[in-house]
Amino acid sequence: MRISTPIKTYLNVYIGLLALLAATVGAVYVNLGPWNIVITMAIACTKAFLVVTFFMHLRANARAVWIYASLGVIWISFLIGGTLADVLTR
Amino acid sequence: MSDRDLSHQFETLEQQALASSLGIWVFLATEVLFFGGLFLLYTVYRIKYPAAFMESSKLMDIKLGVINTAILLTSSLTMALAVHSAEEGEKKQATLRWLFLTMFLGIVFLGIKGIEYHHKFVEHLVPGPDFVLESINQQQAQIFFGLYFAMTGLHALHMIIGLGVLSVMGGMTWMGKFTKAYSNPIHVAGLYWHFVDVLWIFLFPLLYLIGNR
Repeated sequence: MRISTPIKTYLNVYIGLLALLAATVGAVYVNLGPWNIVITMAIACTKAFLVVTFFMHLRANARAVWIYASLGVIWISFLIGGTLADVLTR
Repeated sequence: MSDRDLSHQFETLEQQALASSLGIWVFLATEVLFFGGLFLLYTVYRIKYPAAFMESSKLMDIKLGVINTAILLTSSLTMALAVHSAEEGEKKQATLRWLFLTMFLGIVFLGIKGIEYHHKFVEHLVPGPDFVLESINQQQAQIFFGLYFAMTGLHALHMIIGLGVLSVMGGMTWMGKFTKAYSNPIHVAGLYWHFVDVLWIFLFPLLYLIGNR
Protein backbone atom coordinates (compact mmCIF):
# COMPACT_ATOMS: atom_id res chain seq x y z
CA MET A 1 0.00 0.00 0.00
CA ARG A 2 1.68 3.16 -1.10
CA ILE A 3 0.52 6.29 0.65
CA SER A 4 1.96 9.65 -0.23
CA THR A 5 2.32 11.74 2.89
CA PRO A 6 3.94 15.18 2.65
CA ILE A 7 7.24 15.42 4.53
CA LYS A 8 5.82 18.35 6.48
CA THR A 9 3.26 16.01 8.08
CA TYR A 10 6.05 13.72 9.28
CA LEU A 11 7.91 16.67 10.78
CA ASN A 12 4.78 17.98 12.52
CA VAL A 13 4.06 14.54 13.99
CA TYR A 14 7.67 14.33 15.17
CA ILE A 15 7.48 17.71 16.89
CA GLY A 16 4.19 16.60 18.48
CA LEU A 17 5.83 13.41 19.76
CA LEU A 18 8.72 15.36 21.33
CA ALA A 19 6.27 17.81 22.94
CA LEU A 20 4.33 14.87 24.44
CA LEU A 21 7.59 13.39 25.71
CA ALA A 22 8.39 16.68 27.45
CA ALA A 23 4.86 16.79 28.91
CA THR A 24 4.97 13.24 30.27
CA VAL A 25 8.39 13.77 31.88
CA GLY A 26 7.25 17.12 33.33
CA ALA A 27 4.22 15.43 34.89
CA VAL A 28 6.52 13.19 36.98
CA TYR A 29 7.61 16.23 39.00
CA VAL A 30 4.04 17.24 39.86
CA ASN A 31 2.22 15.17 42.45
CA LEU A 32 -1.34 14.56 41.28
CA GLY A 33 -1.91 11.41 43.31
CA PRO A 34 -3.68 8.67 41.34
CA TRP A 35 -4.04 11.01 38.35
CA ASN A 36 -0.32 10.74 37.57
CA ILE A 37 -0.58 7.25 36.12
CA VAL A 38 -3.77 8.18 34.22
CA ILE A 39 -2.08 11.17 32.58
CA THR A 40 1.11 9.22 31.87
CA MET A 41 -0.77 6.39 30.16
CA ALA A 42 -3.05 8.80 28.26
CA ILE A 43 0.05 10.53 26.85
CA ALA A 44 1.63 7.16 25.96
CA CYS A 45 -1.56 6.13 24.12
CA THR A 46 -1.61 9.45 22.25
CA LYS A 47 2.02 8.99 21.18
CA ALA A 48 1.32 5.43 20.03
CA PHE A 49 -1.75 6.67 18.14
CA LEU A 50 0.34 9.30 16.35
CA VAL A 51 3.00 6.77 15.31
CA VAL A 52 0.46 4.16 14.17
CA THR A 53 -1.67 6.70 12.29
CA PHE A 54 0.97 8.82 10.58
CA PHE A 55 4.21 6.82 10.46
CA MET A 56 2.50 3.45 9.93
CA HIS A 57 -0.38 4.79 7.79
CA LEU A 58 -2.92 2.48 9.39
CA ARG A 59 -5.91 4.56 8.24
CA ALA A 60 -5.05 4.31 4.56
CA ASN A 61 -4.82 0.51 4.67
CA ALA A 62 -7.38 -2.06 3.55
CA ARG A 63 -10.11 -3.28 5.91
CA ALA A 64 -8.37 -6.66 6.29
CA VAL A 65 -5.34 -4.88 7.74
CA TRP A 66 -7.56 -2.99 10.18
CA ILE A 67 -8.98 -6.27 11.47
CA TYR A 68 -5.55 -7.62 12.37
CA ALA A 69 -4.35 -4.36 13.86
CA SER A 70 -7.47 -4.23 16.08
CA LEU A 71 -7.16 -7.90 17.00
CA GLY A 72 -3.84 -7.18 18.72
CA VAL A 73 -5.46 -4.45 20.82
CA ILE A 74 -8.60 -6.50 21.53
CA TRP A 75 -6.54 -9.51 22.62
CA ILE A 76 -4.39 -7.55 25.05
CA SER A 77 -7.53 -5.91 26.55
CA PHE A 78 -9.06 -9.36 27.10
CA LEU A 79 -5.81 -10.67 28.56
CA ILE A 80 -5.34 -7.82 31.03
CA GLY A 81 -9.06 -7.15 31.63
CA GLY A 82 -9.85 -10.80 32.24
CA THR A 83 -6.93 -11.30 34.59
CA LEU A 84 -7.70 -8.14 36.55
CA ALA A 85 -11.29 -9.27 36.98
CA ASP A 86 -9.77 -12.11 38.98
CA VAL A 87 -6.87 -10.34 40.70
CA LEU A 88 -8.87 -7.28 41.81
CA THR A 89 -11.79 -9.27 43.26
CA ARG A 90 -9.88 -11.77 45.38
CA MET B 1 4.68 -2.04 -13.87
CA SER B 2 7.54 -4.41 -14.42
CA ASP B 3 7.36 -8.18 -14.30
CA ARG B 4 10.60 -8.61 -12.41
CA ASP B 5 8.94 -7.19 -9.24
CA LEU B 6 5.80 -9.33 -9.44
CA SER B 7 5.89 -12.76 -7.81
CA HIS B 8 4.06 -15.36 -9.90
CA GLN B 9 1.30 -16.03 -7.34
CA PHE B 10 -0.06 -12.48 -7.61
CA GLU B 11 -2.22 -10.94 -10.33
CA THR B 12 -1.08 -7.35 -9.89
CA LEU B 13 1.49 -5.30 -7.99
CA GLU B 14 -1.34 -3.77 -5.96
CA GLN B 15 -2.48 -7.20 -4.83
CA GLN B 16 1.10 -8.09 -3.94
CA ALA B 17 1.51 -4.87 -1.95
CA LEU B 18 -1.72 -5.55 -0.05
CA ALA B 19 -0.58 -9.09 0.76
CA SER B 20 2.75 -7.88 2.18
CA SER B 21 1.01 -5.16 4.23
CA LEU B 22 -1.45 -7.69 5.60
CA GLY B 23 1.39 -10.11 6.35
CA ILE B 24 3.41 -7.67 8.44
CA TRP B 25 0.31 -6.50 10.35
CA VAL B 26 -0.56 -10.12 11.20
CA PHE B 27 3.00 -10.52 12.44
CA LEU B 28 2.76 -7.32 14.50
CA ALA B 29 -0.50 -8.58 16.04
CA THR B 30 1.36 -11.73 17.18
CA GLU B 31 4.09 -9.46 18.57
CA VAL B 32 1.44 -7.70 20.66
CA LEU B 33 0.48 -11.11 22.07
CA PHE B 34 4.16 -11.90 22.66
CA PHE B 35 4.80 -8.74 24.68
CA GLY B 36 1.27 -8.88 26.12
CA GLY B 37 2.29 -11.54 28.63
CA LEU B 38 5.01 -9.31 30.07
CA PHE B 39 2.72 -6.30 30.19
CA LEU B 40 0.16 -8.43 32.02
CA LEU B 41 2.75 -9.63 34.53
CA TYR B 42 3.83 -6.04 35.06
CA THR B 43 0.23 -4.86 35.60
CA VAL B 44 -0.57 -7.55 38.15
CA TYR B 45 2.60 -7.00 40.21
CA ARG B 46 2.26 -3.24 39.96
CA ILE B 47 -1.23 -3.56 41.52
CA LYS B 48 0.06 -5.99 44.14
CA TYR B 49 3.17 -4.01 45.17
CA PRO B 50 2.49 -0.36 44.24
CA ALA B 51 4.91 1.14 46.78
CA ALA B 52 7.89 -1.05 45.83
CA PHE B 53 7.27 -0.39 42.13
CA MET B 54 7.10 3.37 42.59
CA GLU B 55 10.23 3.46 44.75
CA SER B 56 12.13 1.18 42.36
CA SER B 57 11.07 3.27 39.37
CA LYS B 58 12.71 6.29 41.01
CA LEU B 59 16.05 4.48 40.77
CA MET B 60 15.84 4.50 36.97
CA ASP B 61 18.08 7.02 35.22
CA ILE B 62 15.37 9.34 33.94
CA LYS B 63 17.86 11.49 31.97
CA LEU B 64 19.14 8.55 29.93
CA GLY B 65 15.57 7.30 29.56
CA VAL B 66 14.41 10.61 28.09
CA ILE B 67 17.43 10.82 25.77
CA ASN B 68 16.81 7.28 24.55
CA THR B 69 13.11 7.94 23.97
CA ALA B 70 13.95 11.05 21.94
CA ILE B 71 16.53 9.05 19.95
CA LEU B 72 14.01 6.32 19.16
CA LEU B 73 11.31 8.82 18.15
CA THR B 74 13.86 10.52 15.89
CA SER B 75 14.78 7.16 14.35
CA SER B 76 11.11 6.61 13.56
CA LEU B 77 11.09 9.94 11.72
CA THR B 78 14.21 9.07 9.71
CA MET B 79 12.75 5.62 8.98
CA ALA B 80 9.54 7.21 7.68
CA LEU B 81 11.68 9.50 5.50
CA ALA B 82 13.68 6.52 4.16
CA VAL B 83 10.46 4.73 3.17
CA HIS B 84 9.11 7.97 1.71
CA SER B 85 12.27 8.44 -0.31
CA ALA B 86 12.14 4.87 -1.67
CA GLU B 87 8.42 5.05 -2.48
CA GLU B 88 8.81 8.34 -4.30
CA GLY B 89 11.55 6.80 -6.41
CA GLU B 90 14.16 9.30 -5.25
CA LYS B 91 17.89 8.74 -5.76
CA LYS B 92 19.13 5.71 -3.87
CA GLN B 93 21.70 7.87 -2.06
CA ALA B 94 18.82 9.76 -0.41
CA THR B 95 17.17 6.54 0.78
CA LEU B 96 20.50 5.14 1.95
CA ARG B 97 21.28 8.31 3.89
CA TRP B 98 18.02 8.05 5.87
CA LEU B 99 18.50 4.31 6.40
CA PHE B 100 22.03 4.80 7.76
CA LEU B 101 20.85 7.59 10.03
CA THR B 102 18.06 5.33 11.35
CA MET B 103 20.54 2.51 12.00
CA PHE B 104 22.99 4.89 13.63
CA LEU B 105 20.28 6.14 16.00
CA GLY B 106 19.30 2.53 16.75
CA ILE B 107 22.90 1.69 17.65
CA VAL B 108 23.19 4.77 19.88
CA PHE B 109 19.97 3.68 21.63
CA LEU B 110 21.44 0.23 22.31
CA GLY B 111 24.71 1.78 23.50
CA ILE B 112 22.90 3.97 26.04
CA LYS B 113 20.81 0.97 27.09
CA GLY B 114 24.08 -0.90 27.67
CA ILE B 115 25.40 1.94 29.83
CA GLU B 116 22.19 1.82 31.87
CA TYR B 117 22.52 -1.95 32.31
CA HIS B 118 26.12 -1.45 33.42
CA HIS B 119 25.03 1.11 36.04
CA LYS B 120 22.42 -1.32 37.34
CA PHE B 121 25.07 -4.03 37.73
CA VAL B 122 27.42 -1.63 39.54
CA GLU B 123 24.57 -0.48 41.82
CA HIS B 124 23.64 -4.11 42.67
CA LEU B 125 20.18 -3.66 41.20
CA VAL B 126 20.24 -6.86 39.16
CA PRO B 127 17.91 -9.50 40.65
CA GLY B 128 19.80 -12.36 42.25
CA PRO B 129 22.09 -13.03 45.22
CA ASP B 130 23.94 -9.70 44.79
CA PHE B 131 20.79 -7.58 44.85
CA VAL B 132 21.16 -4.90 47.52
CA LEU B 133 18.54 -2.29 48.17
CA GLU B 134 17.82 -0.70 51.54
CA SER B 135 14.47 0.77 52.53
CA ILE B 136 12.35 -1.09 49.96
CA ASN B 137 11.02 -4.62 50.26
CA GLN B 138 13.87 -6.53 48.59
CA GLN B 139 11.79 -9.27 47.02
CA GLN B 140 9.18 -6.92 45.62
CA ALA B 141 11.86 -4.59 44.23
CA GLN B 142 13.56 -7.55 42.56
CA ILE B 143 10.32 -8.32 40.75
CA PHE B 144 10.36 -4.79 39.37
CA PHE B 145 13.98 -5.04 38.24
CA GLY B 146 13.39 -8.53 36.86
CA LEU B 147 10.58 -7.13 34.72
CA TYR B 148 12.77 -4.16 33.79
CA PHE B 149 15.49 -6.43 32.40
CA ALA B 150 13.06 -8.84 30.75
CA MET B 151 11.03 -6.12 29.02
CA THR B 152 13.87 -3.83 27.95
CA GLY B 153 15.99 -6.88 27.04
CA LEU B 154 13.30 -8.28 24.77
CA HIS B 155 12.84 -4.81 23.30
CA ALA B 156 16.60 -4.50 22.70
CA LEU B 157 16.56 -7.90 20.97
CA HIS B 158 13.88 -6.54 18.65
CA MET B 159 16.06 -3.50 17.96
CA ILE B 160 19.00 -5.77 17.05
CA ILE B 161 16.78 -7.77 14.68
CA GLY B 162 15.53 -4.45 13.27
CA LEU B 163 19.12 -3.36 12.61
CA GLY B 164 19.68 -6.62 10.71
CA VAL B 165 16.53 -6.03 8.65
CA LEU B 166 17.59 -2.46 7.89
CA SER B 167 21.04 -3.66 6.75
CA VAL B 168 19.31 -5.91 4.23
CA MET B 169 17.15 -2.95 3.14
CA GLY B 170 20.35 -0.92 2.70
CA GLY B 171 21.74 -3.64 0.45
CA MET B 172 18.54 -3.81 -1.61
CA THR B 173 18.48 -0.03 -1.94
CA TRP B 174 22.12 -0.04 -3.02
CA MET B 175 21.33 -2.66 -5.70
CA GLY B 176 18.52 -0.44 -6.96
CA LYS B 177 15.71 -2.87 -6.14
CA PHE B 178 13.24 -0.17 -5.12
CA THR B 179 11.33 1.88 -7.64
CA LYS B 180 8.25 4.04 -7.59
CA ALA B 181 6.21 0.97 -8.54
CA TYR B 182 7.81 -1.45 -6.10
CA SER B 183 8.97 -0.77 -2.54
CA ASN B 184 7.17 -3.39 -0.44
CA PRO B 185 10.20 -4.70 1.50
CA ILE B 186 11.33 -1.33 2.81
CA HIS B 187 7.71 -0.41 3.58
CA VAL B 188 7.33 -3.61 5.64
CA ALA B 189 10.71 -3.05 7.36
CA GLY B 190 9.54 0.46 8.26
CA LEU B 191 6.35 -0.89 9.86
CA TYR B 192 8.42 -3.25 12.01
CA TRP B 193 10.75 -0.45 13.10
CA HIS B 194 7.84 1.83 14.03
CA PHE B 195 6.23 -1.00 15.99
CA VAL B 196 9.39 -1.43 18.08
CA ASP B 197 9.20 2.32 18.70
CA VAL B 198 5.56 1.98 19.87
CA LEU B 199 6.63 -0.74 22.32
CA TRP B 200 9.19 1.63 23.82
CA ILE B 201 6.56 4.39 24.03
CA PHE B 202 4.77 2.15 26.58
CA LEU B 203 7.84 0.66 28.27
CA PHE B 204 9.38 4.05 29.02
CA PRO B 205 6.57 5.49 31.20
CA LEU B 206 5.80 2.13 32.87
CA LEU B 207 9.41 1.64 33.96
CA TYR B 208 10.82 5.17 34.36
CA LEU B 209 7.89 7.44 35.17
CA ILE B 210 5.61 5.73 37.68
CA GLY B 211 7.18 7.27 40.81
CA ASN B 212 6.90 10.96 41.62
CA ARG B 213 10.27 12.67 41.86
